[in-house]
Amino acid sequence: MSDNGGPTREEIIDRLAGFALFGDLSPTELRALAHSFEEAYFNAGQVVLRRGISGSGLYVIVEGRASVRVDGAELNRLMPGDFFGEIAILLDKPPSADVVAETELRCLVLGGSQLEQILIAHPRLLYRMLQAVARKLRDTMPWRS
Amino acid sequence: MVVIGSGPGGLQTSYFLSRLGVPHAVLSEDDAPGGMFRRWPLFQRLITWTKPFSPAPRTSRYYERYDWNSLIAEEEANRGLVAAFMDGTSYFPARREMEHNLADFTDRARVAVRYGCRWESTRREGDRYVLTTSDGEYRTPVLVIATGLTEPYRPPIPGLDEVPHYAEVKAPDAYRDKRVFIVGKRNSGFELADGILPLARQIILASPSPARFAIHTHTIAGVRARYIQPFEDHLLRGGVLVLDASIEQIARHAAGYRIRVRPSAGGESMELEADEVIAATGFQSRLGDLPALGLRTFSHYRLPAQTPFWESATLPGVYFAGTLTQGALGIRKHGISSASASLHGFRYNARILARHIAEAHFGIRVPTRTLRPADAVPYLLSELTRAPELWLQRSYLARVLSVVPERGIVDEGVLPLHHFIESADMSGVAVTIELNAEGESYPAVYVRHAASLSEHLLSVSRLLDFETDAHAKELAAALAPLAIGHPPR
Repeated sequence: MSDNGGPTREEIIDRLAGFALFGDLSPTELRALAHSFEEAYFNAGQVVLRRGISGSGLYVIVEGRASVRVDGAELNRLMPGDFFGEIAILLDKPPSADVVAETELRCLVLGGSQLEQILIAHPRLLYRMLQAVARKLRDTMPWRS
Repeated sequence: MVVIGSGPGGLQTSYFLSRLGVPHAVLSEDDAPGGMFRRWPLFQRLITWTKPFSPAPRTSRYYERYDWNSLIAEEEANRGLVAAFMDGTSYFPARREMEHNLADFTDRARVAVRYGCRWESTRREGDRYVLTTSDGEYRTPVLVIATGLTEPYRPPIPGLDEVPHYAEVKAPDAYRDKRVFIVGKRNSGFELADGILPLARQIILASPSPARFAIHTHTIAGVRARYIQPFEDHLLRGGVLVLDASIEQIARHAAGYRIRVRPSAGGESMELEADEVIAATGFQSRLGDLPALGLRTFSHYRLPAQTPFWESATLPGVYFAGTLTQGALGIRKHGISSASASLHGFRYNARILARHIAEAHFGIRVPTRTLRPADAVPYLLSELTRAPELWLQRSYLARVLSVVPERGIVDEGVLPLHHFIESADMSGVAVTIELNAEGESYPAVYVRHAASLSEHLLSVSRLLDFETDAHAKELAAALAPLAIGHPPR
């Protein structure tokens, strides 16, 4: 693929295998799963996930960095392998923060309704996601850890 | 300025540019209009319908919701042209009927195309693009690429480059009494399976993920109902096998092909024999040498990354029309794509694009009208009930009213919803139809007042009619901060 087309589907599958979220899946499972995701590209400064707008998806960062912000104040920074949007889907509520691309950003995106099916079909993925959500919880409420 | 491509995307864009008085040239390497419809679909009928009889008259704007195949026009005489070419045996036009219709529109609306003109290379000189073509050089600050997705794509499966692509499939009779293996379970794979169903001895369709059907996805992204027959054959255990499996290798031998697949659900690899293999693995964009100038693309379709107004995210002045506009993803609520991949979606993008180019690059101001406050709610509910743009480009295009201090309520027209959401300085309202994962349709209302954006989802109407007192009350309540909606008495 050209320099400006980002990683190929095969390269994306290889990279996913290196991300903690997908670490327990076999290559065949990963390949089937990767086909459920759409790819998306964002320019630096673009809002990826918007506070208060319902019906958002799950995003996994493949390339680039993003920033989690509330009223412009940065709460967290996200890197390749990080994912976001899962809490809004699990609670069926609009996101409570904005996620903004800090650099050119390439993500995989999954529609909210597909997340439940995928988590139920892949309990190890569910467990990894639970771990990540627990980590976020601990980071926001340090006195409880 | 220059438009490249004479498929429906290029023709529709040129039509609206001309209506706005924007001088431009349309270049096409083909020798007649029609684009992909000059060759595909292979099995002759489209998957998009045109209903000859509908609740709206054929010359009305509201008819467009029932006619997914006509280019749109300002003048009544050029509206809803497809139905006139159809012979009444199906509400899916035949490929040839569609091709004739596009040629007819081109003649009637006087869309001028320089045929046989091949775009060869591109360079930048200051703020201009210089196109070298078989017809000499063109210099332009604004370029619209409407070259479609026409480059056969094959995923890197060992041996797959040795088999014919969908684009090279032979006449159906070539598959008589053959065992045929089709790589891909999207519309083109099922279209092939359906086309050769009466002839083939056995058909195997395989790809890693389960097939997704339009009756479940509620969008054209799924396999359409008219191609479901091979799947029913699979479920009833006839001569069709549908496999969720990775294809590991395709090896040609004297008598045909040996294919190794690994089931997605786990387990050992399996070997299969087939007489014929077809790659129904889709098409990529043809963007010439623009990637070398800095154009960003994404996904294996090589879709150009775009702004909400279909301008390249990285190459200013380069815009897209036609099916390439699916690269402007919008806000994808509930994971549902726009209809921009298909004519019934991108024809509206073209109208908005032409106006945007006229205003942004040619200093042409398209007049807007104002509304009385009492008219806002009835007008928006009428649009939500019948506007084709809002029903066909759900959660993607929206009717926008802005509140401007010196003018009052201004009808900004139909605009990309994403643009309204990103326009932090615009006070007003955008309304569209939203579809959720359960398949329910309801109005979604976005209100921005004092730089604060709020979302309001109105009630579902089983009869798809939002001109009710209940919806008027809900909408008026949503508009209250803007002081433009009077609640009904």
